[in-house]
Amino acid sequence: MSAGVLPYTVEPHPVTGLYSGKLGTWLFLASEVMLFGGLFSAYILLRVGAPEGTWPTHEEAHLSWKIGGFNTLLLIISSVTMVMAWANLKMNNFPKARMYLIVTVILASLFLTLKISLEYYPHWHDGLKPSTNVFFGLYYTLTALHGLHIFGGIVVMLYFIGPGAGLWKTNPEYYTNRIECTGLYWHFVDLVWIFLFPILYLMN
Amino acid sequence: MKILRWCAPVLVALAIVWMADASPALAQADAPDISDVQIDGEYGQFPTYMPPDVSKHGYHVDDLINILHVFMILLFVGWGIFFVWCLMKFRARPGHTADYKLVKAKAPKYLEVAVALFEAFLLVGLSMPVWARVKDELPTEADNPIHVRVVAEQFAWNFHYPGKDGLFGRVAPEFLNSATNVLGLDPSDPNGNDDFVSGEMHLPVDRPVITQITSKDVIHSFAIPVMRVKQDAVPGMRISVWFHPVKTGTYEIACAQLCGNNHYSMRAILRLESQSEYDAWVEEMAKGPAEFDEDDL
Amino acid sequence: MSDHDHSHDQGFLRKYVFSIDHKVIGVQYAVTALVFLFFGFCLMMMMRWQLAYPGQSMPVLGELLPSLFGKEWAETNMGGGVMSPDLYNSLGAMHGTIMIFLGVVPLIVGGFGNYVMPLQIGAPDMSFPKLNMMSYWVYFMGGMIMLASFFAPGGAANSGWTSYAPLSVTATQGQTWWLVGMIFLITSSLLGSVNFIVTIFHLRAKGMTMFRMPFFVWAQLVTAFLLLLAFPPLEAAGALQLMDRVAGTSFFMPQGLVVSGVVQEYAGGGSPLLWQHLFWFLAHPEVYVLILPAFGIITEIIAANTRKPIWGYRTMVYSVVFLGFTSFIVWAHHMFITGMGTSISAFFATTTMIISIPSVILLTCLLITLYRGSIRFNTAMLFALSFLPMFAIGGLTGLPLGLPASDIALHDTYYIIGHFHYVVAPGTIFAAFAGVYFWFPKVTGRMMSETLGKLHWITSLIAINVVFMPMFFQGLAGISRRLYDQRLYSWGDAMQGWTVVSSWGAWALGLAQIFFILNFFLSIKFGRKASANPWDATTLEWSAPSPPPHGNFAKVPTVHREPYEYSVPGMSKDYFPQNVSEA
Ligand code: HEA
Ligand code: HEA
Ligand code: CUA
Ligand SMILES: [Cu+2]
Repeated sequence: MSAGVLPYTVEPHPVTGLYSGKLGTWLFLASEVMLFGGLFSAYILLRVGAPEGTWPTHEEAHLSWKIGGFNTLLLIISSVTMVMAWANLKMNNFPKARMYLIVTVILASLFLTLKISLEYYPHWHDGLKPSTNVFFGLYYTLTALHGLHIFGGIVVMLYFIGPGAGLWKTNPEYYTNRIECTGLYWHFVDLVWIFLFPILYLMN
Repeated sequence: MKILRWCAPVLVALAIVWMADASPALAQADAPDISDVQIDGEYGQFPTYMPPDVSKHGYHVDDLINILHVFMILLFVGWGIFFVWCLMKFRARPGHTADYKLVKAKAPKYLEVAVALFEAFLLVGLSMPVWARVKDELPTEADNPIHVRVVAEQFAWNFHYPGKDGLFGRVAPEFLNSATNVLGLDPSDPNGNDDFVSGEMHLPVDRPVITQITSKDVIHSFAIPVMRVKQDAVPGMRISVWFHPVKTGTYEIACAQLCGNNHYSMRAILRLESQSEYDAWVEEMAKGPAEFDEDDL
Repeated sequence: MSDHDHSHDQGFLRKYVFSIDHKVIGVQYAVTALVFLFFGFCLMMMMRWQLAYPGQSMPVLGELLPSLFGKEWAETNMGGGVMSPDLYNSLGAMHGTIMIFLGVVPLIVGGFGNYVMPLQIGAPDMSFPKLNMMSYWVYFMGGMIMLASFFAPGGAANSGWTSYAPLSVTATQGQTWWLVGMIFLITSSLLGSVNFIVTIFHLRAKGMTMFRMPFFVWAQLVTAFLLLLAFPPLEAAGALQLMDRVAGTSFFMPQGLVVSGVVQEYAGGGSPLLWQHLFWFLAHPEVYVLILPAFGIITEIIAANTRKPIWGYRTMVYSVVFLGFTSFIVWAHHMFITGMGTSISAFFATTTMIISIPSVILLTCLLITLYRGSIRFNTAMLFALSFLPMFAIGGLTGLPLGLPASDIALHDTYYIIGHFHYVVAPGTIFAAFAGVYFWFPKVTGRMMSETLGKLHWITSLIAINVVFMPMFFQGLAGISRRLYDQRLYSWGDAMQGWTVVSSWGAWALGLAQIFFILNFFLSIKFGRKASANPWDATTLEWSAPSPPPHGNFAKVPTVHREPYEYSVPGMSKDYFPQNVSEA
């Protein structure tokens, strides 16, 4: 049985106004909000409860807002290219959509590369490890979890660029929907970064 | 036949209890050798209710528990009678049919409101004032309280007394020595000179006690059932709890929170004494061998 | 939906192992969960030996296990056939974990939910069949990791199912396995709950409005939301604890910890209570995950066997939704004794009292449904009826725990153990048994034996009360939970008699399950053939053949009325199925 026989895989449900995949994606994102919400609450609690003088200052944190800011920019642009990919599918322009998807993947990979080579690696080298203090513990945990989400996004996009692209020929609407859901996820991952950036890079 | 059907369950229950009770082949293994201290208080063979209360404020907790259980039993029996009556009266049988129309009963609504109101009363009228009294309103110095620090560790209770000066010495982990300085008292702090640490808790009766509870390693829970006191000992936190013993005797202190493999044996003795006995004990302990030797340092 | 007829050309693997049919997945879930349930119970029966006869070598197992696990294991865990305190703690932690996360939830949500819910709303399948299959296999892997952890050096996790830090952070390797296992289980639940919600919103048959859904579906819907939103914070907490354990961070480790005289290397600055907040933020809603589907199951059974509509169906729906919302703001009632001030404890005590009201309403509605009914006492109904007073005992004993002042005396004593076992064991497990007896004919096409069933019911009901009733007495007397040998305390020593009684009850309960296991397997093969609707029930699952084919309904059903139209006046039959248009 292919998933296609079930109702509302492509057409929106009259009451919710969403097709099933999109509703599912929203629900999944709701749970992601709780996941990162849990971590952000942990951050707040630990920071408020930190004994006097143990939270690193801006200098001690060794996090350059320039690298972070540039990475933020990359993600924001990638959100735009993601939308472009979907918009082009809507306009039936598959090659262009695919091009935009590839650009998104490149931006995302660049983000990860910069993160690892300019931040994780030198930090680790300087002995700033998760165990150094609670701030670095949080920093590594939060950014790594976020990085994992970016990585997951890249895998999904690569799938739709490569092996999953065949769906465009058999069921273009379905394919477009899947890209839309990927996009929703992608915007969420960017949004998480928009929260992470200030609390980690700017607020010490 | 019918009688048999009703008796069978009772018989099975009795059989289980009997087997359990009459299993002499499996009589208790050697009693554990923790200590041969005689603990006061009558417990009997199959006790079903709370241990004796030897504190001034414990009866608040007991009152609440008593009222609650009466309330719970009343509700349960009330509902239970209705339940069993329904089962008998409306059992399926030839000639009997169910009634499609739903009863328009007001009673359940009133009952639910009554339950809610009563819960509100228990909460606001009984629980909250007691909690505020027991947890937040510490006795003032005018009440002449005893101060004791309670430091839990796997798997022992350390009772840190300020000695006769009434002042605690500074503690820090770097001074710690598991043989000579279990609390990590700072030897350079004069306040700590007559401090002493005991594995038994001694307290005079008829004076309030303020304990500051903390832990060196994992979370423990400081529980004195006969005092209706319980407080988690959380590492990194120092939590004050007070109580007011009124009756002399020897009792037990338990660890209520799982803290590792010997959690079950983390027990200490509580001795409630007259003021003079207590003073003598403090005298003895304060001059006794210092907890650490300055020459060691 | 003719595509569904392809089933004949599917291979064995596709059909039974990696099936994407919600019914096969439901059965996979249910059977796996039953096995885990039994396993979790066996762990407990071993512990009950140590509790009743501390220091005496275990009969049979005392020799069998050492020869199974090898000498080295036996020396540390079972010298002379007596379990060590570490093993006791491992078994306790794993009993709690297995019962809740691998037994009950997968049975009543993964099993019954998956199998029955789509049928009841007239759906051909779940919205995302592949995701459904994945959620089962992720659950399965989580379970295997949990089982494998018994072989980890130092044994399985031994810091309780609550895994309080810092104990859990400094514990042996089994805890890491536990955390990894939990992350799998959480992921599985998330996949499942997304699927449930979308299915209920999108795949209802024509005419199946929200207020025509059977109550079971409502219960599953609210449960799915609880799983969806409460589990992620535990996943976050699990990730943090994993970091503490493997990367040396100190999220839950305060400054200056000294474990067995050794100053710990942790940087410090963490908070042990943070773990508890994150844990209970999940674990309180989790207890409603355990009870709501149970309410759903018994509502179906009570309606079908009193032959009359449920009294206050809408009230029940509102109550269950309200329960769902409020369950997110009561979590700290598990933490009264951690050093809470008056105002915070008052807040959580208030929400706790508020949340008990919808439970009272649910029970009341079911109770009044009996009034003027025509009650059939089949096995399913007997279990469902027993649920009511048993849940009442469990629920009522929750009240003294919810009031902070009385909780001082009762926290972390056997009273807690008594409280929650009354809600989960004679409560939820009985509801699950009821569900098995009720839906067995639908799943297998055969009836279960009523004689064996009734024997199972009466013996279980008695035994389970013998197990858990003494725990209230022990708890009031102040005996701490998780004690390897309570006789070290004078009051524990006095209580030993009750402990022995309770243990014998547990073993009797174990024997009683033989009736069930026999009945279960024999009936699959030899049971009387069941018709499509053996109970003369009204909901949609009974309009499909027993067992339903791939794709569920020969003809897509249309729904014409409320779920429980029994004994409608003027009808020839005493039930009026939802899909039948006119009499
Ligand atoms: C299914 C699981 C379940 C359910 C439904 C509940 C329901 C409730 N629980 Fe329980 N609870 C647990 C599972 C559950 N609990 C577990 C597992 C723990 C321990 C965890 C651990 O520490 O390991 C726990 C612990 C726990 C604590 C912490 C205690 C402590 O550690 O100190 C508290 C405190 O408030 C509490 C309160 C309540 C309350 C007020 C309810 C209320 O919702 C109950 C409302 C119900 C009623 C009020 C009953 C109404 C009945 C009638 C009106 C009579 C009808 C009569 C007939 C039909 C005959 N529970
Ligand atoms: C859903 C949850 C659940 C369930 C159902 C149970 C069921 C039981 N529990 Fe447990 N228990 C917990 C959750 C649960 N428990 C938790 C969370 C703890 C705390 C752990 C901790 O301290 O961290 C605990 C702790 C706990 C203790 C306290 C240990 C201690 O503090 O030291 C005890 C003591 O007796 C106990 C006993 C029992 C017994 C006798 C049952 C019996 O009711 C079991 C009955 C089981 C069955 C009847 C299953 C039968 C199944 C079958 C027959 C399947 C057949 C298979 C096929 C047909 C394929 N449990
Ligand atoms: Cu210390 Cu339990
Ligand atoms: Cu709770």
